[in-house]
Amino acid sequence: MMFPSGSLPFLWLSAILIAAAIAPGVHRVFGSRGGWALAFIPAGVAAQMLRLWPSIVDMKVVSASIDWVPELNLALTLRLDGLSLLFGLLITGIGALVVVYAAGYLRGDARLGRLWMLLLMFMAAMLGLVLADNLLSLFIFWELTSITSYLLIGFNSDKPESRASALQALLVTGAGGLALLPGLLLLGVVGGSFELSSLLDNAEAIREHSLYVPMLVLILAGAFTKSAQFPFYFWLPAAMAAPTPVSAYLHSATMVKAGVYLIARLHPVLGGTTEWFWIIAPVGTITMLLGALLALRSTDLKQILAYATISVLGTLTMLLGIGTEATIAAALAVLVAHALYKGGLFMVAGSVDHAIHQRDIRKLGGLRSAMPATFAAACLAAFSMIGMLPTFGFIAKEMWYEAIGSRAEGGFLTASVLSNILLVAAVGLVCVNPFFGRRTETTQGAEECNLATWGPPMIVGIAGLLLGLLPTRFSELLSAASHSVSGHAVPVKLALWHGVNLTLLLSLLTLAGGITLYWQRHRLGWLLNGFEGLTKLGPARMYDRMLSAVIHFATGLTAILQNGYLRFYLLTMVGLTVFSVWMALGSELLSHLEPMSLDFRIHEIFLIGLILLASVVAVRATTWLLAVGALGVVGYGVAGIFVLFGAPDLAMTQFVIETLTVVLFVLAFSRLPDFRRLSSVPTRVRDAVIAVIAGATITALLLFAITVRSDHPISDYYSAHSVTEAHGRNLVNVILVDFRALDTLGEITVLSIAAIGVYSLLKLRASNGSAANDGAPEGPPATVAQRSEGM
Amino acid sequence: MDSVILKTAIRFLFPLLLLSSVFLFLRGHNEPGGGFVGGLVASGAIALYAMTHDVAAARRVLRVSPRVLIGSGLLTALCSGLAPLALGRPFLTGLWINVRSDGMGKIHLGTPLLFDLGVYCVVTGVSLVFVFSLLEE
Repeated sequence: MMFPSGSLPFLWLSAILIAAAIAPGVHRVFGSRGGWALAFIPAGVAAQMLRLWPSIVDMKVVSASIDWVPELNLALTLRLDGLSLLFGLLITGIGALVVVYAAGYLRGDARLGRLWMLLLMFMAAMLGLVLADNLLSLFIFWELTSITSYLLIGFNSDKPESRASALQALLVTGAGGLALLPGLLLLGVVGGSFELSSLLDNAEAIREHSLYVPMLVLILAGAFTKSAQFPFYFWLPAAMAAPTPVSAYLHSATMVKAGVYLIARLHPVLGGTTEWFWIIAPVGTITMLLGALLALRSTDLKQILAYATISVLGTLTMLLGIGTEATIAAALAVLVAHALYKGGLFMVAGSVDHAIHQRDIRKLGGLRSAMPATFAAACLAAFSMIGMLPTFGFIAKEMWYEAIGSRAEGGFLTASVLSNILLVAAVGLVCVNPFFGRRTETTQGAEECNLATWGPPMIVGIAGLLLGLLPTRFSELLSAASHSVSGHAVPVKLALWHGVNLTLLLSLLTLAGGITLYWQRHRLGWLLNGFEGLTKLGPARMYDRMLSAVIHFATGLTAILQNGYLRFYLLTMVGLTVFSVWMALGSELLSHLEPMSLDFRIHEIFLIGLILLASVVAVRATTWLLAVGALGVVGYGVAGIFVLFGAPDLAMTQFVIETLTVVLFVLAFSRLPDFRRLSSVPTRVRDAVIAVIAGATITALLLFAITVRSDHPISDYYSAHSVTEAHGRNLVNVILVDFRALDTLGEITVLSIAAIGVYSLLKLRASNGSAANDGAPEGPPATVAQRSEGM
Repeated sequence: MDSVILKTAIRFLFPLLLLSSVFLFLRGHNEPGGGFVGGLVASGAIALYAMTHDVAAARRVLRVSPRVLIGSGLLTALCSGLAPLALGRPFLTGLWINVRSDGMGKIHLGTPLLFDLGVYCVVTGVSLVFVFSLLEE
């Protein structure tokens, strides 16, 4: 190997990110054929992971770390153990196939490059998630999967429903992420570390901590939303607005399994308690049954598959919630089986859709002869899904039944068998309906698509078959992954044939029940329709209600806080300042006030008198020019005080600023209509009271500030260092350009932004004004005057 | 503003004001002055010119657009801050060199001067954007 294995995880992530970066270019140069080349990168990563297989199954881990923000204990630590290897292989392996499939699905579409880029970005985020060892970096990758999946689900951005379902997925999983973050922070604080690997040592203390339950609930909220558990499941079927390659990848193999991954990953730290069992297992069971029922009710190929996925995600959650060694191993087996067959089925559904632009199963039929390769791929996946010998789906289901059966919880076993019966019938809808029977009007002209669309589902189907036929090597990995989840060594022996026992009988019962249900499905219409009415009141409706409630609330709040009245903002700011000053320093301020010595010099009295006089004139003025001029005099007076008290820099700046301000005021006010009183006497009295209170507060604050000088004024430091370090004798300027140059840089940036603002406002007004002024008379609209009266 | 007195006065005042602006800017590091106030004086001078003549004339005198001034000023200030990074020193550290020239003796030159020049340009540009926009409306 060229690289030390420690840096490998980073190499994988960067390779996939580079692939994402070049994807649009590859598409431009090579067209859809470039997909084969791009797929080499994730496939290469998968191959490299396979090379690490022997050491991983020996319970070794590969880990690498980069300091990110050391002050926050944030390190980018990547760690490959059994569980991450299992997930990593699914992500990169199926990912490579999906890249190829996307090329076939969107052949000739100009957006293919973008789709590749987003898929690969998502792949990197997902791979980072399963490799992350640090809770915070795990969270960052978690959110990255949410964001990239948002872009993927909303890929057909010209369709409103596409955007809406993307937003829904983002809001639901994002809300879960918001819960997850405090949950992970609690876990890190309680456990004393943000590294998952070191949290394991503190597992006992964490589980007995008083914050255990809130922490668990918050983390599970994240996991449940991501993995579409009840009652958050509704976003997943809606997300089927995404292009099919996205559905095949995100909604069967990867993203929706992130929540399951998180539950599995945190099992050794948080699992094994009664709370763990009673929160997770029931939610999983409900989801499993609900998903299976809803799958049978749907008529859209992708919807059926989506609900079936929800059902399996429920199964995984249930198995992990029960949390024995056997159920954990079974959960991982079901997970792999599901990723393989459901990825394949989604791609098959996409091929059918691609060929005849129809996904409604009532309008499909007889495609078997028209699309033989797609049909073969569908059969492979379907056999695995219904648990037919000799596929891996069969082995996984046997493990599942056996693991639950040995725990003697009759309820879970019954629910599992029931949901599987429903799913077998659902498979009938997906794989029998479109391919058998007579050709319909829509399927007349159907023909097989290209290799890129039927190849990948075929490959995952064959993979499922091979894993079923030769499960020995795979059992090593499953054992290592179960070890990561349960915390201690779990021997897993996979075998296709266990002899005739209870689980085999249950499998047969499942098959028989499912097939019967499929044949008799038309008689069950009333049951499913009744159920449909029920789901309309369900969580999806709640989501809509909540969304509109939030928007209404935000509108109301904005109307109060951002009402557009400048005087209201000013009043709020001044009032809050006065209030907080007196709240914080009230008694101290009063006790520190001392009578000032009144030995003013004569020119000081003159200057102060001038300022006071000018301010009274400014308030009482009846023309714009007088008011502006009087304000200018106030400013000049203040500048004069600066001169008297030895601040020539400040004074000089103030003089020039005042001049320019007056010029600008005059320029701006010359456009205004004639001076008129817009406020009544009571309003002015009220404003005067506010002004006096605010002024008195600031005065008191300044007097207070003089009395509480700290021992060493900062100016000592500046005067001591200004010549030696900044080579300048003018302290003010040295501070501006050297000691605090960063502040100045910020200030001139703000100034520039203000200039852009003023420029565009005036230009906008100029261009609007010329159109609006034609009909409207000069002067402010009546409403302005009325509003002013009101305040 | 159509005033003969003002127009005539500006003809003499304008170069003086600009000169004093540059003077203020250059002496800023050791005496009262600096880029900020220098820039304000310069923009005051040009604003007066724009008011007595017209904006187009003022733009001709200025030669570059105020927006270009803002942009180049920001860039200059930023570059003066980035320069120390190349030498492995923290952002915005002052770098100084002594230049000996025949006519002027020893001159002390440093990146803070460049930084101040950036401030000068930004301040001039910003206030002129205000003035020109208002005058042109």
